[in-house]
Formats: sequence, structure tokens, C-alpha cells
Amino acid sequence: MPLLLFERGAAGRGNDFVAAAPPVERHLDRALLRDELPLPDLAEIEVARHYTELSSRNFSVDRNFYPLGSCTMKYNPKLNEAVAAFSGFSDLHPFAPDEGAQGALRVLWDMQSMLTSLFGMTAFSLMPAAGAHGEITAMLMAKKHFKQIGESERATCLVPDTAHGTNPASASMVGYRVISIPSNARGRIDVAALKSKLDGSTAVCMMTNPNTLGLFEDDIIEITRAVHAAGGLMYYDGANANAIVGLTRPGDMGFDLLHLNLHKTFSVPHGGGGPGSGPVGANAKMAKYLPQPLVQRKADGSFALDFDQPDSIGPVRMFWSHFLAIVRAYAYIIVHGEDGLRRNSQLAVLNANYVRERVKDVLAVPYADFCRHEFVCSAETLKKETGVRALDIAKGLLDAGIHAPTMYWPHVVPECLMIEPTETETKETLDHFAATIHALVRQAYEDPASMQQLPLKTPVRRVDEAQVGRLANKAVGLRWRPPAAETK
Amino acid sequence: MYTPHTPDEIQAMLAAIGVPSLEALSSVPPGLEIKDKLGLPPALAESDAYAHIKALAERNGAARMISFLGAGAYRHYQPPAVPWFAMRSEFLTAYTPYQAEASQGSLQAIFEWQTYICLLTGMDVSNASLYDGATALVEGVIMALHAKARHRVIISRGVHPLYRAVLDTYAAGMGIEIIELPVGSDGLTDFSVLGSTPPQADCVVVQTPNFFGNIENTAAAAELARAADALTISVTAEALSLALLKTPRELGADIAVGEAQSFGLPVGYGGPYVGFIASTKEHVRRLPGRLVGETTDVDGRRAFVLTLQGREQHIRRELATSNICTNQALCALIATVYLATVGSKGLRAIASANVERARQLAQAVSAIPGFSIAHSSPFFNEFCLRTPSPAEDIAARLRERGILAGLPLSRFYPELTNMLLLCATELTTTEDIRLLTAELAKEHSRAVAAV
Repeated sequence: MPLLLFERGAAGRGNDFVAAAPPVERHLDRALLRDELPLPDLAEIEVARHYTELSSRNFSVDRNFYPLGSCTMKYNPKLNEAVAAFSGFSDLHPFAPDEGAQGALRVLWDMQSMLTSLFGMTAFSLMPAAGAHGEITAMLMAKKHFKQIGESERATCLVPDTAHGTNPASASMVGYRVISIPSNARGRIDVAALKSKLDGSTAVCMMTNPNTLGLFEDDIIEITRAVHAAGGLMYYDGANANAIVGLTRPGDMGFDLLHLNLHKTFSVPHGGGGPGSGPVGANAKMAKYLPQPLVQRKADGSFALDFDQPDSIGPVRMFWSHFLAIVRAYAYIIVHGEDGLRRNSQLAVLNANYVRERVKDVLAVPYADFCRHEFVCSAETLKKETGVRALDIAKGLLDAGIHAPTMYWPHVVPECLMIEPTETETKETLDHFAATIHALVRQAYEDPASMQQLPLKTPVRRVDEAQVGRLANKAVGLRWRPPAAETK
Repeated sequence: MYTPHTPDEIQAMLAAIGVPSLEALSSVPPGLEIKDKLGLPPALAESDAYAHIKALAERNGAARMISFLGAGAYRHYQPPAVPWFAMRSEFLTAYTPYQAEASQGSLQAIFEWQTYICLLTGMDVSNASLYDGATALVEGVIMALHAKARHRVIISRGVHPLYRAVLDTYAAGMGIEIIELPVGSDGLTDFSVLGSTPPQADCVVVQTPNFFGNIENTAAAAELARAADALTISVTAEALSLALLKTPRELGADIAVGEAQSFGLPVGYGGPYVGFIASTKEHVRRLPGRLVGETTDVDGRRAFVLTLQGREQHIRRELATSNICTNQALCALIATVYLATVGSKGLRAIASANVERARQLAQAVSAIPGFSIAHSSPFFNEFCLRTPSPAEDIAARLRERGILAGLPLSRFYPELTNMLLLCATELTTTEDIRLLTAELAKEHSRAVAAV
């Protein structure tokens, strides 16, 4: 078991990183200064051992298969990392003058243009830092739009019951009242129910297509027309865009606004939970509200940050973009071209349907249609017959070196496992996954009690979440403290 | 590219599924197909893509220039150990650590980040990170709004203009009123303009060192906050200053937010960086985003796990404290490895070097006729220089001579035409200072000649 950094080291250890400077008291009054800086001092070898050991206690795409629905855990090409590390990018200050940043501006301009083409929009802002940040950006744009056209009374946001949790959370941040729209027996949004909620208060309808059940919303044209007829806006959550790149475009479906997750669809590594990048696209009606600055190409062919956007909502983060994430996605797009991207989407759909076919005899697949890039299956029957839950299957997968699928969501499917293999996995990996699912289901029937013990081989086994939650409510256990301080 | 399927495998998989072709499997309803080419450039071979992007990187001449730019993004030394360990595949290609059994490495690293942020700010609790300093400020304001429900923020004009611009964007959508406090000729916020009975507010926001580089009187901000029955939010745009200066907690802040880019992250044309947010324990349930707690597993082993998820969007949906999902885990890891590598000794030494170099720079440039230090307030590694002619013109001419001479303040404060914000860090050399001084001296001669 690794110690914490704060339990390692000794005062006086550590390298000399800069030549010694005179004491700061020469320049700064003692009253301005802190008394102590209680951080550990470690020798570099201690840091090396610490992090190498921590790294061995993690699953990662480079070592493990992640059939994690809605997260698109595809392989991250190492080209991305190499180009993002070029010093011409990493050493470039965000306040560098445009003429000294033409290469970076070209990357941004190209990305704006290519995403605009790929998704059928009019313009893209690369500023939002992640998917949820893109969502709140779009909600702020919608709010400004309705204010400008004198329809501020529009204050409801329609969200399918299968939507990501960020959708209702983003909508409520700008004060929109969220109305949940049920799904029908086909796993699609109930169009009649949706239409019954449309009226003069409708601001936005947020949708994912394919939805989080992995099914294409085939009534999408009817839906976008109805929402527009009621005066509302259509928002596309791009979390599932890996199923559609090069095959169909949200702009053509009638969406006014969308966000992408470059860390899903365009292979920016997830980094253990960020940084992501969540560009927002807008159609002709909504483009003027995009965050500023956008990158423009001037008449002389040079590129510039354009702060002259009078109707912009303003900036949504400090600087222009998660630039080094954009560079990674840029590398990914230019080595694929549109044909390669389309092929990837097709193979993502192939892999998902192949796994679906291989597991559906042991875990029920609730919808008859072929899936897109992901599908859901249910352990409800298994639970009824053996007491073994979807959670237990997921924990069993960990022992086989496979990351757990997304679980218990969307809520419309009981004992749900949401599986998204992505296009970069080999057939052997998919076969191994299916065989492992079969073996776990067999084990569930033969020795159900043993399933609650899983996992057995991971660095830690099931953890006590209730205990930590109780303490955390009192702000205890959320940081290291010296032993004496923790007991008082 | 990067997909492993052979033609035979595709056929075998299609046969298992029972469809004739990839196209049949992935078809969309009529009318939604893409019929024409989209006009993307043709695919490049990997080696060509590498060369193409390398050429673009080299077209960023400003990345190689002598630079005195700071203003929210700081050029610091990155010990090679930092990326070596932080960028390991096991961290880089991991998912958000929802599965504790498979994510102890990431979870412990976040727990250590939370601890470092608490130790640096003096606060009780920190979250797992936020997008950047500006969005951290927004989240801090939302915490205060949840506590006080007044929809009114009092903020100093000495807070980074881009942080305030981002707050304005959110405030417009959320119906929050913003009251700005002016900055006086001493380069410090005037906390007295609202009088002894200021309007009630959610929070009073102050940045120290402020955008002009000056160390603010945060205690006065906290006093104003008491009078306005508001929380005090302290903003730190240059995290390295926390190594030396009194902590936000000691100065009376309830919530500390800021930007930790200085801890090992490159300036990278603006991102990704990493925001932090920390607070006193009273506000723990108002913290946005992810939090990691320490617990044990069924065998009694120490373990770490995401906790208080009842605050978060994937559980609470529209009732969540914030819509945050993805944060900046890898950037927080880089900052944590940086802090582990340099330790308290190294961090103090680096911060002290910043103080020293900034004094050397200030002394050199203020000795040039026509130039003077604008404020007499104490500063950390940035300060304002009064210039004999518009700072924007001077900066433009120095750029042609290979020097980024700081940020002309007129960009954000139109009234401050003859003012340049200069930054020196441990990477600023005596030679850099000499070259800048020589070029600025020419500017003085030019100004005199023009008269």
C-alpha cells in the first residue's frame, strides 16, 4: 500500500531547482508573509517510486479494454502527444501577438472550419473546456437570444429521461425549468409526449442522437420541426457523436446548437478525468452569440483572434481554448480525412453490434433494433433468478482486466449495463469480453454468493463509500492531516 | 488509421450480426445521409501530418522571443521529472475514477492535490480541480450565491479582466448583479467607496497579487464582506505567490479560488490549465465537481473513492450544485507532481527567485529616463511600468526586435494608455533584462526626438 506524499520525505531533501536568491524579507514586509509552508520535501527518487507505484494501481486504455458506454474510450494515438509537445505550441503565451502565433491560429482556424463542415453548422467556438462547459455555453447563448428577440419568458428546457445528467444541470444553471420527456417502448423519445409539452414557454430541447441507449432517434426531423414551430431551439449533445461522424450531420437534422467532446470523438486522452475540450457549434441564427474570440482569416490570408463580436455572450474561460487538446484532435482529424473518420464511425457501430450479438443470449437486450456505437443490456433476469446484480458482473470484469461498463443508467432500463467498445478494439478483445461475460453469468448461477466478493485481484477491493460520505459531510477525510490534527 | 480490422474480420463480424455491409449497419433515415464531399483536406500519412504540424509550431515566432508577459499565464521552469511521471500512459489514458478498485492511482493523486491546495491556501477542503482560474471564480461565486441567495457580487477591478469578463458572461445568464470597486492611483482596490453600510451581497471578490501585480489588502475586503453580510472570495492568479504570501484563510477568505498553471504547466497558448477551489469546512457541501475521500476496502486496506456524489449532476441532475463533469485531472496531476518534486524548499526558492528577478527588472527599467514604476505598493513577480509614449506602440516596436515587452494595459483599461504590465520569473535572465532595458532606452530617445 503506497504512503501518501505527506507521509514521505524529510526536511532538507530535494534538488536545487534555481540558483539561491537572497531572502525575500529584503523586499517584502514580514507582515505580508506566511509563517510556514508545510509541504513535504522529497528526494527525486522518492517522487519516482511514488508515482510509478501509483500508476500501477490504475486501469488505462493503454493497458485495459474500457467498454464504457457514453465515454468513447478509444485508443489515443501517440502522434497526438508528440505534436502537442512541440515547443512552438507549449511555449506560446496566450497574449502573444497574432503575427507571432500564425501557426497556432491556423490550427484553430482549420479546426473551426473542419468541425463546421463535419457537423453541418455555420460556425464553431473552440473555447469551452469540456462537454458540460459547452452545454452551459449554449444555454447562455440561448438565453441571450431570447432576450434579444424579446422572448425572455421562454424558460423551460425539455430533456429526454435518457439524457446525460449534465443536460438538466446546465439548463438549470441559467434558470431554465427542466421538463423530463419519457422514452417509448422502442427506446426513442416519445414524440407525442414531447409535443404536448411544447408551448410559448419552451426555450430549448436538448437531445443526444444516437441517444444514450445507442439508438438513432429516427423521428428527429419531426422533432426539430415541432420545436422550431413552437419557437424553441434544438440543442445537440455531442457525447455520442462517435456514431455519426461522416455519416450524418446534426445541422442537417435541424439542430441550432451543439457541443462536441474532443476527448471522446477525436481521441484526446481522458487524463483520468480531464482536460477535455467541448467546442460549441451554431447555425446561422445562433452563430453571432458564440463566445469571443473566434479566429478569423483576414483578406491577406493571415489569421487573427477576433474580439469584435458585438452579440457574443463573452468569454466562458480565461483564454482562447484548451489549445493543446485542440492540437491533439487536429492531428487525429488530418490523418483520417473525412473518409477515415466515416470509416471509424462505421467500425465503432460494427464493434458495438458484434458485442451485442455475442452477449445478448445471456444478458437481455431490451430493444430489438441494431444499435449504433453503444448498446444497453440488462441483468434484471439474472438478479431475479440469482440475486447477482449488474454491479457484481461489472466488478467481476475488473478481475479479468476489463474496465466496468457504465452501470444503472439510463434509468429506464433496470440493472442496466451500457457498453461502448469503440472502433479501435480488436475482434480478439471483443471475443474475450463476450467470453468473460458468459463466464461471469455462469458463475452467477453456479455460485451466486461468490459474485459479491468480486473483485479479488484489484489493488483494493470494494470500498466503504457510506463511511467516507458520512465523514465528508463534516469535511473530514477529504485531505491528509498530520495524525495529531485528525484526532481532535 | 488506428483501427485493427482486417477485411476478413469485418466480413466475419457482419455475418455474425446478420447484415450485408458496414453501410447497411450504419445507415441513417432517408434525407439525413451526407451526399456530397464535406471538403476536408485529404488524409495525410502520419509522417506527413507530423511534419505539417511541426511546421505550424515553428511558425509561432513569439514562442521563441524574450518575454516579459505574465498577466495570468506564467512561464516557469518545468523540472523534467514532472512530465516524465505525470504523462505516463496509466494516468494519461485512464477514465474518470468512478470505479475505485480500478483507479486507486488517479484517486490518490487527486486526494494529494486536494491536500496540497488546502496546505497552500490554508483552507479546510478543496475539490478535485476546475477548468481554470476564471471558471473557478464563477464556481466560487455560485457557492456564495447558494449560501446567501442575493444575486449580487462586489468585485474589485483589480481582479484579472478576463476572470471578470467570464464572470460577466455567466452573471448575464444567471441574473447576478455585479458591483465593481475601483482601483486607486496606488494600484490597490478602494474598499471604502460603498461606505459603512454597503448593500448586502453574496460575496466580495479580491485578487492578490492583483492584476497590476500589487499585493492587496485582503483583510479590508473581508471587512467589507462582513459589512455586506457576504462571503469573502480570494482569487490567486499566480499560484506561486502562495509559497510566500499569507494564505487566503489567514487574510479572512471563506473561499479561495485561482489558477495553478504556474505549477509545472506550459503557457500553451492559453490551455489547458487548472483551476482550484477551496473553502472553509462550513461550505463543503456547496463545493462543485468531484471530491475524493479516504476510506477502507472490505479487507481494511486504505482506499480512496469519489464522495459526496449527491451534489453532482450525474446523481442530482437539475438540482446539482454545478453542471461540472469532466475537470482537469491530468493538469492537477502535473501540478501535484510538480509540488512533490520541488517540495517546500524548492517552491520557496523558486518563489524567492521570482521576487528577486522582478526587483532587478524593476530597478533596471525604472532607471531609464522617461520610465517609472507606476505604484509604490509591494508586488510579487509583476508590476506596472509608466511609459513615456503609448505602451501599445512601444510593445509593437519591441516585438519587431524580438522582445515581448509585457502587456499594454490599455487592452483592458482604456484609460491606462501609458502603462505596461511586466513580469519576471526565475527564467528571466540578466541578459534578457539588459536587452529590454537597451531597447526601452531607445524608446525614450524616440519620445524626446518626437517632442
